Amino acid sequence: MTNATTLKRPPTAPPARSAATENAVTTLKEHVVEIVSDSGEGAQRCGQSFGAIAAKMGNGVWTVEIIPAEIRPPARSVAGASGNRIRLGARRVSNGGDEANLVVAFNEQVLLGRVRAGELEADCIILLESMWREHSNAEIAASYMQAYDGLVKAGYRVYEIPMERECLKVVADTRRGKNMFALGMLCNLYSLDLQLAREQIALTFGKKDASVVRSNIMLLEAGYDWAAANLDFRFKIPAEQAKEPQIVVNGNMAMALGILASGMEVCAMYPITPATSASHYLSEVFEKVGGIVHQAEDEIAACAFAIGASYAGKCAVTITSGPGYSLKQEAIGLAVMGEIPLVVVNVQRGGPSTGLPTKAEQGDLLTAIFGSHGDAPKVVLAPSTIEDCFYSIITARRIAETFNMVVVVLSDANLATSQQPFRRPQFSDAWLAPPIDQSAVPDGWKPYDWHANSGIFRRFVPGQPGGMHTLTGLAHDASSHVAYDPEINQHSIRSRSLKLAALQKTLKPPPVFGAASGDLLVIGWGSTRGAIEEAVASLQADDHKVSSLHLTLLQPMPGGIKEILRGFKQFLAIEANWSDTVQEKLVDEANRRYSALATLLRSRYLVDIDCWSEVRGQPIKPGTIRRVILEKLCRH
Amino acid sequence: MVIATTDCLLRMYDDRHELEDYQGGVPRWCTGCGDNAILAAVQRLCRDENLRPEKTVFVSGIGCSSRFPHYMRTYGFHGIHGRALPVAEGIKMARPDLNVFVNTGDGDCCSIGAGHWIHAVRYNMNMTVMLHDNQIYGLTKMQASPTSPRGLRSNTTPHGAYLEALQPLTVTLGVQNVSFVAQAVDWIPDVLYDILSAAFHHKGFSFVRIIQRCPEWLPTMWEPWLHDPERVVLLSHERGLKIAADIAKIYRNRLQHDPVNLNGAREIASRLDPIPVGILYRNPDVPCYEELRHAGRLRPPQLIKAGLETEFDKFTIWPDEKHSRASPRTTRSADDGLLIS
Repeated sequence: MTNATTLKRPPTAPPARSAATENAVTTLKEHVVEIVSDSGEGAQRCGQSFGAIAAKMGNGVWTVEIIPAEIRPPARSVAGASGNRIRLGARRVSNGGDEANLVVAFNEQVLLGRVRAGELEADCIILLESMWREHSNAEIAASYMQAYDGLVKAGYRVYEIPMERECLKVVADTRRGKNMFALGMLCNLYSLDLQLAREQIALTFGKKDASVVRSNIMLLEAGYDWAAANLDFRFKIPAEQAKEPQIVVNGNMAMALGILASGMEVCAMYPITPATSASHYLSEVFEKVGGIVHQAEDEIAACAFAIGASYAGKCAVTITSGPGYSLKQEAIGLAVMGEIPLVVVNVQRGGPSTGLPTKAEQGDLLTAIFGSHGDAPKVVLAPSTIEDCFYSIITARRIAETFNMVVVVLSDANLATSQQPFRRPQFSDAWLAPPIDQSAVPDGWKPYDWHANSGIFRRFVPGQPGGMHTLTGLAHDASSHVAYDPEINQHSIRSRSLKLAALQKTLKPPPVFGAASGDLLVIGWGSTRGAIEEAVASLQADDHKVSSLHLTLLQPMPGGIKEILRGFKQFLAIEANWSDTVQEKLVDEANRRYSALATLLRSRYLVDIDCWSEVRGQPIKPGTIRRVILEKLCRH
Repeated sequence: MVIATTDCLLRMYDDRHELEDYQGGVPRWCTGCGDNAILAAVQRLCRDENLRPEKTVFVSGIGCSSRFPHYMRTYGFHGIHGRALPVAEGIKMARPDLNVFVNTGDGDCCSIGAGHWIHAVRYNMNMTVMLHDNQIYGLTKMQASPTSPRGLRSNTTPHGAYLEALQPLTVTLGVQNVSFVAQAVDWIPDVLYDILSAAFHHKGFSFVRIIQRCPEWLPTMWEPWLHDPERVVLLSHERGLKIAADIAKIYRNRLQHDPVNLNGAREIASRLDPIPVGILYRNPDVPCYEELRHAGRLRPPQLIKAGLETEFDKFTIWPDEKHSRASPRTTRSADDGLLIS
């Protein structure tokens, strides 16, 4: 249970519990707000609604889900915190930010979970449900008081809020509704438009009974009024209104929209966290445009089903996360061998094995590139923003069909559950897959007429007269005849490999963030972009000669990287996967395991690229990156 | 999806196919292998049904029998071990206009792919599935398979197989949505043909277990049955198989069985000797998954665009507040219950 002595921070500000005063409004550039509760108390809905309302007011927003790994962890448990982190900014926000500035907590235990995880800044404002102080169970009351005292002593600014009592004035069951009371308080504290909040509730509960909407709005207003009357501080984060329409969805939904927009017709999947929510949303909307989400009996079947659909029709997609991705490896190898276009989405989570199902990690890069036995060249993309999640699927489909290749899209739990507004896409016919070719195959054409220099060929689809052949996972010649001949095997593997080179020739060099030369180049990939660039920008503002490079195409890597590296003295790959540190007693240059991207870059460019990485299951914070970069600069 | 309708109409009259039109490479199965009999029956069926080779796909996994597609002159998909069924399902879902056949062995279907088999029965997609059951792993050189009889000596069971054999018919008949189950033996080719023909004409997942001899590893296993017509019982019925006069003369052991009778079918399926041959179960009313999912609908770009714009509208923040009554919805979250695996 609670142990206040674990809270190390010295007492600074006294707890404030004042009556209403003339509330001065503090203008902020940004703030990080968290709301945490037991699972099922609606903190996530509160947080997401808060983010949506702020976004509608024009604020930059990034929301991150705080998810326990169990559906119903025990109530009032440190590990059971469920909720949302919302970073609000005056301008565009590219990541979840550093420690929280304000936390709303429904009980002290879930709050302690966040405190111990180091997620609160030193003088964080805490709005804590006070009902536990007088709880009939003496043990609970004692643990609350112990935690409260500890938090106050540690210097947090703790406000005890009688949420339960106030909510009971409006509804009988506070488990359904305390979250809207909290939303009302937050709207008041952050000077958000109450009418927008009412509309948000109407939208959220629109499918339910009108009385549900009504009681939630009453709770919202109660929270708003209570904060106005009882809390003595207000914040305002002035918003710069976007000039263009913006879309607000999380990364998984953006991917589902990308599938819709790509013209693919079949998505085969098996439930797995954190990928599944993409399929939830897709299942709602795909059929309306003639698409099919097939929930297969297992991960392998999902991949094989997608391969069958691709083989006979348009490119199909399968969506999974770590363990499912491992299971699909043999089938992916078949698609590589048969040169069947296929999009495989891997929403990475913490590994290995079952690992951290709900947490973010970038641990699957090398598996994505090198996975499946034998030489199995695949294309690997990694979206770096929510917007990328949408477009990467369209790009993946086009590459898959142009080159008859498997394209792996590596998202992660960070992108999957985070929301960030992006410019509403303008539909283009070019996004869509072309109709299936059913024309007769000219005499003399072979199913694998590999182009001598590029390996590219025109695939034959069932229904095309004259194109009959048997696709096989065995070694085969251009006619798709099984062939164990040494020359043929050498030639066919060469042809499949050359397609990557051909694709690579079409790619532009990635842009450098910052000056083209300097002391240090930070290199990242995937979801860490926002945090890295924020840290690098802050260091550039302090006159450090630091730039960053972010890769979204990992296989093949675009040209021009070697030239970019020439402009810098030192290099540091930053990513969320494992690497040994040289501080370890047994680790030295001869046995150090580098992070995934560093390994790739070192081998390709023969440059001494250092790395810093962590696998805490949380998005890497910009403040952490800033500190790491400064340490690297100081060492030299 | 584009289906060349005019092409179909033009070709209707001059499109008679001969056996050679379905014959691919020379089979490399052993002399006397039951796969040859199945291949001959299937090529005959394709000719008699005048299937367009380009509209026909044979899908297989891995094993001796899974070489089958290479010996047809249609489209073929020779994939990976155990996964023929999900590949075939994907093909049928994307292209319900294609004739889909699956050739799978007892290792492929009943061992490594057993999970897919159960679910394929339940999906009930319109395809004809041939289980080439020779009760042994042939390509990997004589290991016991799930359908090997107890006591069978093999390279992995030198003291005899430990377990009772799995019975493919009883398993299939126990799965919800089962719609067609039949059993054939490779040594009565005319009946094999009739059964495959009935399977092809059934709309749904037609499962035909074909007891098949392996001359290489189990050369004498079926000798007693081969030489004693009394050890085969032909299932006949006006709604099932009609027995030709010449066959009836040899195989006099017959049983009247109405294929609508599921319990009767299950009882017959559990009989091992004499071997029941014929149609055990047929129910044309079980819905096909591809029809439930409306596979094969036309998807003009305008439909996709309209659907996408509708979705965008739900999540759009307009710069001008006048437009703003649509706003981001809350996504599903742990509060609604997450499935963690």
